[in-house]
Amino acid sequence: MKGLAAPLRHARFVVTENPVTGFALALFILFIVAAVFGPSLAPHDPLASNTAQALQPPSGQYWFGTDQLGRDIFSRALVAARLDIGIAAASVALVFAMGGFAGLASGFFGGWTDALVGRLSDTIMAFPLFVLAMAIVAALGNTVPNIVLATAIINFPLYVRVARAETTTRRDAGFVDAARVAGHRDMGVLLGQVMPNIMPLMVVQMSLTMGYAILNAAGLSFIGLGVRPPTPEWGIMVAEGASFIVSGEWWVALFPGATLMVAVFCFNLLGDGLRDIVDPRRRT
Amino acid sequence: MKRRTFLTALPGAALAAPALRKAAAQPAPTRTETLLLVQEYGPNSLDMQGLGSSQPVNGVSLNCYDRLVRFKRKALPDGTMSFDINGLEPELAESWQIASDGMSCTFKLREDARFHSKRPVTAKDVKWSLDRAVSIGGFATTQMAAGSMEKPEQFVAVDDKTFRLDFARRDKLTMPDMAVTIPFIFDSETAIANSGGDPWAKDYLKNNVAGGGAFKVEAWRPGTETIYVRNDDWKNGPMPTLRRVIARDIPSPSTRRALIERGDADISYGLPPKDFDDLAKGGKINVVGVPIPNAIWYVALNSANPPFNNVKLRQAVAWAVPYEKIMQAALFGRGKPMWGGSLPVTSIAWPQPFPYETNIDKAKALMAESGVAPFSTTLLFDAGSGTIAEPMAVLVKESLAQIGITVEISKIPGANFRGELNKKTAPMVINRFGGWLDWPDYFFFWNYHGRNSIFNVASYQNPGMDKLIDAARFAETPADYAASVKGFLEYGMQEVPMIPICQPLHDVAMQKNIGGYQFWPCREPDFRFLTKA
Amino acid sequence: MAGLLLRLAGSLPALAAVIVVTFVLTRVLPGDAATYFAGPTASAESIAQIKAMLGLDRPLPEQFWNYIVALFHGNLGMSLTTGQPVLTDLAARLPASAELTLCGLFVAIGIAVPLGIAAAVRQGKMVDHVCRVLVTAGVSLPVFFTGLLLVYVFYFRLSWLPAPLGRLDAFASPPPTVTGFFLIDAAIAGEWETWRSAAAQLILPAATLGLFALAPIARITRASMLAVLGAEFIRTARASGLSGVTVIITYALRNALLPVITTLGMVFSFLLGANVLVEKVFAWPGIGSYAVEALIASDGAPVQGFVLTMAILYVLLNLTIDMVNRALDPRARRGS
Repeated sequence: MKGLAAPLRHARFVVTENPVTGFALALFILFIVAAVFGPSLAPHDPLASNTAQALQPPSGQYWFGTDQLGRDIFSRALVAARLDIGIAAASVALVFAMGGFAGLASGFFGGWTDALVGRLSDTIMAFPLFVLAMAIVAALGNTVPNIVLATAIINFPLYVRVARAETTTRRDAGFVDAARVAGHRDMGVLLGQVMPNIMPLMVVQMSLTMGYAILNAAGLSFIGLGVRPPTPEWGIMVAEGASFIVSGEWWVALFPGATLMVAVFCFNLLGDGLRDIVDPRRRT
Repeated sequence: MKRRTFLTALPGAALAAPALRKAAAQPAPTRTETLLLVQEYGPNSLDMQGLGSSQPVNGVSLNCYDRLVRFKRKALPDGTMSFDINGLEPELAESWQIASDGMSCTFKLREDARFHSKRPVTAKDVKWSLDRAVSIGGFATTQMAAGSMEKPEQFVAVDDKTFRLDFARRDKLTMPDMAVTIPFIFDSETAIANSGGDPWAKDYLKNNVAGGGAFKVEAWRPGTETIYVRNDDWKNGPMPTLRRVIARDIPSPSTRRALIERGDADISYGLPPKDFDDLAKGGKINVVGVPIPNAIWYVALNSANPPFNNVKLRQAVAWAVPYEKIMQAALFGRGKPMWGGSLPVTSIAWPQPFPYETNIDKAKALMAESGVAPFSTTLLFDAGSGTIAEPMAVLVKESLAQIGITVEISKIPGANFRGELNKKTAPMVINRFGGWLDWPDYFFFWNYHGRNSIFNVASYQNPGMDKLIDAARFAETPADYAASVKGFLEYGMQEVPMIPICQPLHDVAMQKNIGGYQFWPCREPDFRFLTKA
Repeated sequence: MAGLLLRLAGSLPALAAVIVVTFVLTRVLPGDAATYFAGPTASAESIAQIKAMLGLDRPLPEQFWNYIVALFHGNLGMSLTTGQPVLTDLAARLPASAELTLCGLFVAIGIAVPLGIAAAVRQGKMVDHVCRVLVTAGVSLPVFFTGLLLVYVFYFRLSWLPAPLGRLDAFASPPPTVTGFFLIDAAIAGEWETWRSAAAQLILPAATLGLFALAPIARITRASMLAVLGAEFIRTARASGLSGVTVIITYALRNALLPVITTLGMVFSFLLGANVLVEKVFAWPGIGSYAVEALIASDGAPVQGFVLTMAILYVLLNLTIDMVNRALDPRARRGS
């Protein structure tokens, strides 16, 4: 408990010092509410078509207007939060586990482990990342797990780098030596002593890549490699609405696009803010 | 570094120089003589007979090459020029005569016809070109075979200006098949001289036009643009008024719409139906919509496998499809309804409406009668036609839920779609079929016949129907023909392996100053007739 | 020099891995290119014919061997979508992508560097917050969405900019090829009409791309300026009475530029891959849109060619950054 008090005080300081982070936090809570309770909050059935009400502009009844099939865009955008944030969170969790562990091991053991992980990272980095994600999804089939996997893979080098750098600086720290002397095995030291210490920075990294993961999933949907219709998803909704911008039905693409943007924006700002909390020195 | 830039500069300079000289010899085409066309994608080859040629290559065949004959042009009720599948008029041939035994046709070539190379067109060129079409494999060979042209022995160069086509059998499709975009005539000497040893000069003709058509290809940048210039020496029809045509590839349909609406492009192809509908209603842009002959949008039900091998279930689905909604929200009215017809069949016109409409009670009753318990199934469509097929699929899914059928929608990328159809296992498919040769028996042969072509998406098998289709294909008298056609139409309507939704329109948007639009089976623009005021 | 060669050799395993992975990925693409390109009425024989033509009927290891052999002869295979050799296509399209990406980068530098400096000088003040929100907003925009919106507003509604028809107005013809960059080529040829057309076409896609690149550049500028501003010699310069602007521009900026340049290289490589969607929206005939179209059509060779090109560019770029670093930073030289 005592360990938590200082960071909390620091957090409150950061939020008051930096109103932008406070704002992002409020947005974040809003999105989490949408993701958790979206389906029960939606004023209309997000899947029900009503061709008599197709392409209606925003109104009191349809806050964001209706789409080509007369579905309520507000309800769809709201319900989509769960899927979009879910995909991003799952892929970030996956890459956190994969990349985090690989980086940890690579920094801790050095030698051939380091070389192997380094080569793997180099290879992924040498790919044009979006096209790599496209190719993975196209090759394995456009299902949610594959989108998650593809998004995780392209973020892998980033996590490896952060985890490795942090581990390297701590490998020879006093507490590690102490643990070794106390007779702990390598794995034990790695997971018991080193990992908890690099955790905060990894969490910051997660928040920062959440936004990128959402964008990536939406981009895949935009070119037709996303989830199946009629499931609401922000990227698909923008893609569907894109053809209506020129004909004047701007709301079909604008609102899902804006929702997507605000979500990414919120995660990015939050990531920045978290970094301030965890590691004030690195504030950039 | 300098050396490298110098080297790459050379080819560019070499290409630019002749173009400059040509421009100096003749006044450059003015903007009213230049047409700007925007399309989704352009040709991937200049040789329509070659393997793997894309749809726009038909346009190269149409404008840069000639055939012996072309379809007679015919005005539709709204004044739009279309064609008469039963009539032919001269292109490279000035006349032709079917032998008294009805087993061959002799063509006389125009005396003054010349290729772009200035060589006169000879019967030898005609033979080489048709030999090539039946031997090269792929689509060209299949299309020739559809008109019973199967072997090089059928093509005879009698003398320099006389060519004879020997029929393999009496087939009403043989002569019309001579007017489509496959049997076009190459300058065989130029092709062979540049072939590099390949008997059909495939590589050369893929990248070069060796023909005598009304236009030449001035520049071809695959994926970017194709520029055509008029062949001022063309003799095989009225001289086109356009001197230059720029066909730009613009993948985004919104951009194509914006370009035509803002007046920056003269003609726009392949817009979503919503945009054609808006533009037509807006009145500033001409939208020409020709019902595509022999084409329908349909939902196919796999009749070879459970559960859709149950006729009652198929009929239940046919009563549950939300036709009006689809027409309104997916097609924006750009099509002719194919529902609300009646039995028995009284006309042999095709496509014609099927005797179904949306009636959920009837559908529920039939579903109960079928004895099939509520089930889940998958509905496939080609992602490439998603603009129309996706809203269709979503509406079908929603409607079928009411009669206890849970549909999962699967959007198949274009490259896999044919592979999926070839598997013959997809339970439900939304698709569009269009046949170049406009006869009901042609349509049914591909879509319903027991030989189970890739287009028989429902894998429908019915020997009785096969007999009627075969009888119609080679019927000797109109009465026999009509009886057979009515027979298989009734089968199709009662058994409903495929549920027609509408006959699509082929829409083209153009500025008011553009005239002379001509619709052909290949659906590509014909620059020879287009005018710009 | 030896160090550079060593680094070059060090990147070979990554390149080899890229080749293998791309080959495998394109082979497991579910689409059957042969069926797709054989056309709708294709018979089994004509599909087999195309398969044989493409070498797809061979066992996988043999296909891979053939691919590698062809690669060493500089042959990247044929694109089925455009019907041209992949190398020709890439060579024709790479300048378009590079020109767009560079312009996007210049736009980003023009905005992000001053913004970063201002944010560093006024750390924690309003400008700092605005900068942070602005660049974060930039990186939060889905490029496909921004692109569409910009076209709608600036072309369709306001008519300030020309139609998004690709690199040139429809009636302009490309300048004689020297570099493949239309702006440079048109300037060399003195065709100012063409130059204007090319420049006008570049504005929207470059702006769309540039927005995306604001964040990394502004952030690194700010961070590196902060580090330098806190340094001893700046305090000395200030103490000796030099004006604020002079100190910031002549002393601080010059010293803060090194990490910025390093980042620029990374951003360029990132943008070149990220402009896939921008090219699609703006009908830009670059290599990104080329790869996407090919991927959708299960056309393997162009995808392989594109990925390999990008990987080589990435390696070369890293090398260049290294060289620049060594040239600018005496510590890096001593370190090696």
